[in-house]
Amino acid sequence: MNPLRCVSFTVASVLVLAATTARAQELVVGSKQFTESVILGDIATQLLRDATEVPVTHQRQLGGSQVLFQGLQRGDLDAYPEYTGTIRYELLAGTDPDPAASLEDLLRPLGLGIVGPIGFNNTYALGLTREAAERLNARTISDLRDHPELALRFSNEFMDRADGWNALRDAYQLPQSDVRGIEHALADVARANGQIDATDLYSTDAEIAEYDLAVLEDDLRHFPRYDAVLLYRLDLDDRAPGGITALERLAGAIDEASMIAMNRRGKVDRVPTQVVARDWLSANLDVNAEIRVDSAFSRVLRHLVEHTQMVAVSLIAAIALAVPLGVVAARRRVLGQGILGVVGILQTVPAIAMLVFMIPLLGLGFMPAVAALFLYSLLPVVRNTHAGLVGIPQSVRDSAEALGLPRGARLRRIELPLAGRSILAGVKTAAVINVGTATLGAFIGAGGLGQPIVTGLRLQDTGLILLGALPAAGLAIVVQLLFDGLERLVTPRGLRGQQHK
Amino acid sequence: MLRLDHVSVRFGPASSNTSNDPSKPDARVHALRAFGLDFPPGRTTALIGPSGCGKSTALRTLVGLVTPAEGRAFIDNEAVEPGQPETLRRLRRRLGYVIQDGGLFPHMTARANIRLLPDLLKLDPAETERRLDHLVELTRFPPDALDRYPSELSGGQRQRVALMRALAHDPEALLLDEPLGALDPLIRADLQTDLKAIFAELGKTVVLVTHDLAEAAFLAETLVLMRDGRIVQTGSYQDLAESPAEDFVREFVTAQTARLRALDGSVAE
Repeated sequence: MNPLRCVSFTVASVLVLAATTARAQELVVGSKQFTESVILGDIATQLLRDATEVPVTHQRQLGGSQVLFQGLQRGDLDAYPEYTGTIRYELLAGTDPDPAASLEDLLRPLGLGIVGPIGFNNTYALGLTREAAERLNARTISDLRDHPELALRFSNEFMDRADGWNALRDAYQLPQSDVRGIEHALADVARANGQIDATDLYSTDAEIAEYDLAVLEDDLRHFPRYDAVLLYRLDLDDRAPGGITALERLAGAIDEASMIAMNRRGKVDRVPTQVVARDWLSANLDVNAEIRVDSAFSRVLRHLVEHTQMVAVSLIAAIALAVPLGVVAARRRVLGQGILGVVGILQTVPAIAMLVFMIPLLGLGFMPAVAALFLYSLLPVVRNTHAGLVGIPQSVRDSAEALGLPRGARLRRIELPLAGRSILAGVKTAAVINVGTATLGAFIGAGGLGQPIVTGLRLQDTGLILLGALPAAGLAIVVQLLFDGLERLVTPRGLRGQQHK
Repeated sequence: MLRLDHVSVRFGPASSNTSNDPSKPDARVHALRAFGLDFPPGRTTALIGPSGCGKSTALRTLVGLVTPAEGRAFIDNEAVEPGQPETLRRLRRRLGYVIQDGGLFPHMTARANIRLLPDLLKLDPAETERRLDHLVELTRFPPDALDRYPSELSGGQRQRVALMRALAHDPEALLLDEPLGALDPLIRADLQTDLKAIFAELGKTVVLVTHDLAEAAFLAETLVLMRDGRIVQTGSYQDLAESPAEDFVREFVTAQTARLRALDGSVAE
């Protein structure tokens, strides 16, 4: 088989696969990784289900505002809850929006509409434990200027955002240097343990009351308003007539106290967010949704299937491309260095970044996750194919050549079988790494065993985290054993007992 | 039928000789320098000489594993042209090539090693099987070991398999590069005897590369003594021993025979 032909065939099939993931007739609501967003997402989902005929799914707990906003623009999502400050100062920051223009006018050219304000302002705030606030005698953010030694821990999103830490530091001239990012949900635990001094809060967080936190006054009025709204695609009504009208019932419908109460039920009392949403809808909008909360077992089973699919599809595609690439790399030294260099660089891209890069190309869900895992699988397989081929003794290669075997026969009958164990070891490495990395698929709506982990993080529920982590670890072990068995099966007797290359 | 025509082979980076500055020595190794030789058909020719004299390179040029800078190897007046895979493959199938450690395919049984090429060429399987029986007999290989893998065979058995593989497609000439170099002396002597019989029985053109003068003298009619990529003297062992063309020939012959002769003398006394 000509390796170049094989490469182009693989590339072509990946492209065809990507092109055929056209949009089905359904609505998709998105939400962010904190409880309030998930509850609002569930409310929107149940409203749409009540008002329209098309199926509505909820891609919950996606990884960050950019992921959701891009997904909405691409059409992978139809609606998701957002905040006015985030839209103006983060999502549209790159386009330098006219401060006088309304958000409606700014979003319309993008094909997007806005419902709201929903009725509450969930702004950023800085919080300390009551004890620390009294010890430092801090009431306002300006008071932090006197305490440069404070350890500040902010949510990762707050660290990165245009309207986040950098803007706050500049506005208040804050002197702290021990500043790092932390998962928002974990900040509560760390703060309770006294490991961190101050962190960013959402003003509707139920934890403020729960943990009796001191919220520092934004005395310079730095933080803008973050009025909750619902963003939607203007073409939503074409696919689901009446959908937008249904969503508009949320305008002015939830005040701050109601939202804090719902957040408390969802996060502190750990009532499923679908139930919190249903109860609010039935009490306030007279919408009675039928919800189905799956058993933990069936959820884990579904996530396990999604996870295995991601790993299997990405791995098969990677083998189909990486083995021919490894063959080319072994035959052409200069080209080979280039190939190994490129797949090596791919490996250094952080997994989250890789996933987010995929969104503009492939949208949200299964495909971008598979594409990212596919790229990660290339290096181990290409490198081991190359090493396996290069490691064949010169005398064996000379003999094969001097026998007058055609190139293809040499590759098929001699070189690939001799490199087989090395190639298989590379595939095994890729598979085990993929099982781990695929947990991040949850950030971009691909599901998988990362889903319970993300939910567990959001709720600080160790049991839920283990519900994702243990099957993932088990899957990694199964994959490892499977390949060990496969190796024994395919290694001919003549190669057994030899040292592994 | 086999001929090397003014073949020059240089190894090392080609760029090292691009400057015409005479003060800079050519960094490349000259393995063969305008080397010309006709191999008498149906006879055994041994290329001998010290390490690095170019004898293996000459053999590798014949089978197209080395691309000469100048000159070419010829098989029946057809050039062995490494740039032309089709021609090269056709010409290679007229040769059988055996190297020092056998170069057996470790993932195949002895039988699969031997049958690989005949089966790929889609030769008549029954005919191949008959040929295999004949080769087993010819090389005195234990037939029950045919289904063993190379790692399960002794060194001598491995070389017998390599020889069978080289002969399986019935080539016109046999090229052997230090075929016994890795074997211990007793097995080596045993195989030398067998090889001599095999060469006689087959009547093929044989080119043998060895650094062992006794082995060359025992197996070959014609000895070609080489040094630094050139031929020093061609002839029978008697020619080399009795009328050496230059001091180097005498030294080479004496180095390999004097000690034994001295020991023989002391035993006789």
